[in-house]
Amino acid sequence: MEKISLTGQLIQYIFTGITVGSIYAMVALGFNIIYNVTEIINFAQGEFVMLGGLIMVFFSAFLKLPLPLAFLLTVAVVTGVGALMERFTINPLKNATVLTMIIVTIAVSILLKGIAMFVWGKDPYIIPPFSGSEPIVILGAAIQTQTLWVLLMTAVVVVLLSLFFKKTRYGKAMLACADDPDAARLVGIKVNTMVLISFALSAAIGAVAGAIITPISLMEYDRGALLGLKGFGASVLGGLGSFYGAVVAGILLGIIESLCAGLISSGYKDAVALLLLLLVLYVRPSGLFGNVEAGKIKEF
Amino acid sequence: MKIKGRAVWIPLALTISLLLIFSCAKEKEEKKATTELKEPYKVGAVFSVTGRTSFLGEPEKKTAEMIADAINNIGGINGHPLELIIYDDESDETKCVLAVKRLIKKDKVPVIIGPSLSGNTLAVVKVMNDAKVPLVSCAASFKIVTPVVDRKWIFKVPQSDSHAVLTIFDHLIANGKNKIAIMSVSTGFGASGREELLRLASEVGMTIVADERYGPKDTDLTAQLTRIRGTDAQAIVNWSVGPTQVLAVKNWYDLGMTAMPFYQSHGFGSRKNIELAAGAAEGVFCPLGRVNIPDLVPADHPQKKVIMIYNEAYQKTYNEPLSSFGGHAWDALNLVIDALRQVGPDSAKIRDYLENRKNFVGQHGVFNFSPTDHNGLTKEAFEMVVVKDGDWALAP
Repeated sequence: MEKISLTGQLIQYIFTGITVGSIYAMVALGFNIIYNVTEIINFAQGEFVMLGGLIMVFFSAFLKLPLPLAFLLTVAVVTGVGALMERFTINPLKNATVLTMIIVTIAVSILLKGIAMFVWGKDPYIIPPFSGSEPIVILGAAIQTQTLWVLLMTAVVVVLLSLFFKKTRYGKAMLACADDPDAARLVGIKVNTMVLISFALSAAIGAVAGAIITPISLMEYDRGALLGLKGFGASVLGGLGSFYGAVVAGILLGIIESLCAGLISSGYKDAVALLLLLLVLYVRPSGLFGNVEAGKIKEF
Repeated sequence: MKIKGRAVWIPLALTISLLLIFSCAKEKEEKKATTELKEPYKVGAVFSVTGRTSFLGEPEKKTAEMIADAINNIGGINGHPLELIIYDDESDETKCVLAVKRLIKKDKVPVIIGPSLSGNTLAVVKVMNDAKVPLVSCAASFKIVTPVVDRKWIFKVPQSDSHAVLTIFDHLIANGKNKIAIMSVSTGFGASGREELLRLASEVGMTIVADERYGPKDTDLTAQLTRIRGTDAQAIVNWSVGPTQVLAVKNWYDLGMTAMPFYQSHGFGSRKNIELAAGAAEGVFCPLGRVNIPDLVPADHPQKKVIMIYNEAYQKTYNEPLSSFGGHAWDALNLVIDALRQVGPDSAKIRDYLENRKNFVGQHGVFNFSPTDHNGLTKEAFEMVVVKDGDWALAP
C-alpha cells in the first residue's frame, strides 16, 4: 500500500481535529450560556450530548423516522430535559449559593447517566452517516462526509446563536442578565425565565452535538463525562463566558490533540492538551478571549 | 376524599398480601424440598455485574446462574444441591476484596470463581493465599498465575494474551508479513496486550514499525491510523475492548486502508461489534475462542459438543446471543463442580484436584493443568477467524 505524504497527513490531522474540536466547541458554548446567566458551571452539559446521541439513535434507527424529523425531535426532547432540569433542580433552590447549584448539576449528570444506562443498556450505538458513507479523498487524506455535516451544523449553531443574542428581545435580555442580573431585574427582565431559557438552549446545543457526532464516534451511556470535561477545558481556555472564545478554543483544542496524537505520541494527547490549558491560564488567567473581570471567581 | 382514597387501597392491599402469602408458601415448599436433600455445596462468585466492565460480569453471572439451576434440577452434585453465592464488585478493586473476604469469612465457601477483571483478581491473590481457599479467575492476564510459586491457590480459565498474540503472529508469518503497526488502548487490557506484542515480536522475528496508543473514551482514531499510513507497516494489530475497537475498524475502513490487513485482539469476539462497524469490519482478522463460533467448529472437534449445548441453553434461557465472557464463567464453574463431585467441599482437596486436572473440555479450550501451569491452555485454544459477509468465517 502506498505511503501517505506528510501534507496528506497534516490535512488529515487538521480535519480530524476540527471535527472533534467542533463538538468541544458546542459543549463549551453550552457551558458559557448557562454560566453567563447564572454563574453556574453545569456539569450535566456532557450528558446532554450523550442524550442527544442516544435519542437520535432511538428516533432514526429504532423508529426509522426520516433524518430531519428525527433530528428535530431529538433536539426538542433534549431541550425539554434541560428545561425540566432547571425547573425541578435549579429553580426551587431560591437562595442557594452558586457552589450548591454546581453540586446539584453534578447530581443531575449522574442521574441522567443512570437513566440512560437503564433505557439503552451499556452497549454503544451507531447510526449511519447523514449522507453517503464514501469518504472524500484530498491529497491522500480521507475526509468522512459526516465531518462536513459536523462543520455545517456547528456553523449553523454559531450563526443562529449570534442572531439570537443580537437581534431578539430574549437574547438581549439574556445578555443583560449576564452583564448585571440586579440591574436586569430592575428594568423588568424576568431573570427566572432567562435562567430557564439558558438551560433549554444549552441542552439544545448539546443535543445537536450528540446527534451529529454519533455516526462518527458511536455513543454509549457513559460518554458524557469526558466530553463535558473537554468542553469545559475549551470553555476555560477561551475565557469563561466568551462566545467566540468557546468556538475558537474548542476547535483549537481539537486540532492540538489531533496533531499531538499524529506527530508526537498518541499516549500524551490528553496530557499535552491539558498542559497547554494550564500554560494559557498561567499567562492569561482570564482565558484567550475572556475579560479580566469575568475571569475572577465571583461567588465561591 | 379520604374514604374514597381508602376504598382504592383496600383491594390493592389485599392483593399484595395475598401475593406475599403465596410467595411465602412457595418458598416454604422449596425449603422443604431442599432439606430432604443433603447439605448444600457452597460456591462463591464475584463478577463485575455493574460498573464500567459490566459487559464482562453480566454474561458471567447469567451463565453461572443458568448452570446452577440446571445442576439443581437434576439433583445437584452427588445429591448435594449447589448453592451459588454471587456478589457484584461493581468493577471496583476495593469492593472486590471486600466481597471475597465476605465469601470466605461469612459465607464460608470452600472455593470461589471470578472476579471478572485482572486488576481485581490480582488484588485478591493475597487474601486467597492467606485463607487457603482456591480461586478460579475469569480474568485473562498471565500475571494472575505467574509466578506459579506465589499463586498456589489461584487458577484462571481465560486464554492468556500471549496465546492470542502467538496465534496472530503465526497467521502473519504464514502470509509473509513481518512488519507490523500496533495500536492499543491505555487500559489494563490494552497495556497487557501491548507488552506481550512487544515481547513476543522479537522472539518470532516480527518488526514493530509503529506503536500507537489511545484512551478508552476517544472519539476518533484517525490521527493514529494516519501515522501508521506514513510507515511501511504490512498489517495492523489493534488491542482494545469496548467502543474504541469498533472505532478503529471504522476509521481504518474510511481512510481506505483496507490493503493493510487489520488484526483485532480476542476482545473483538462479539457479533455486535461487526454490526456496529456496519460493513467496515469486512476482512478483519481476529483470534477467537471456539465458544464464539459454534457453527464453525468442525463436528469432530472435542469441544463441539459442550459448545453447542451451552450455546443453545444460553440463547433459550436469556433470548440473547452468547458472549465469549460467559464462556469463562462456564469453564470456571464446571471445573469447580467437577472438583466438588470428586473430592467434596474441602478447599485443599479442591486445589490439589484442579492442579492435576487433565483433558477438561471447556468452552475456551481443552484444559491441562499442572503444578507449573495454572491456566492449562495453549495457543491451540484460539482459532483465527475473519469477518466475511457480516459474520465470522474460518481464516484462510
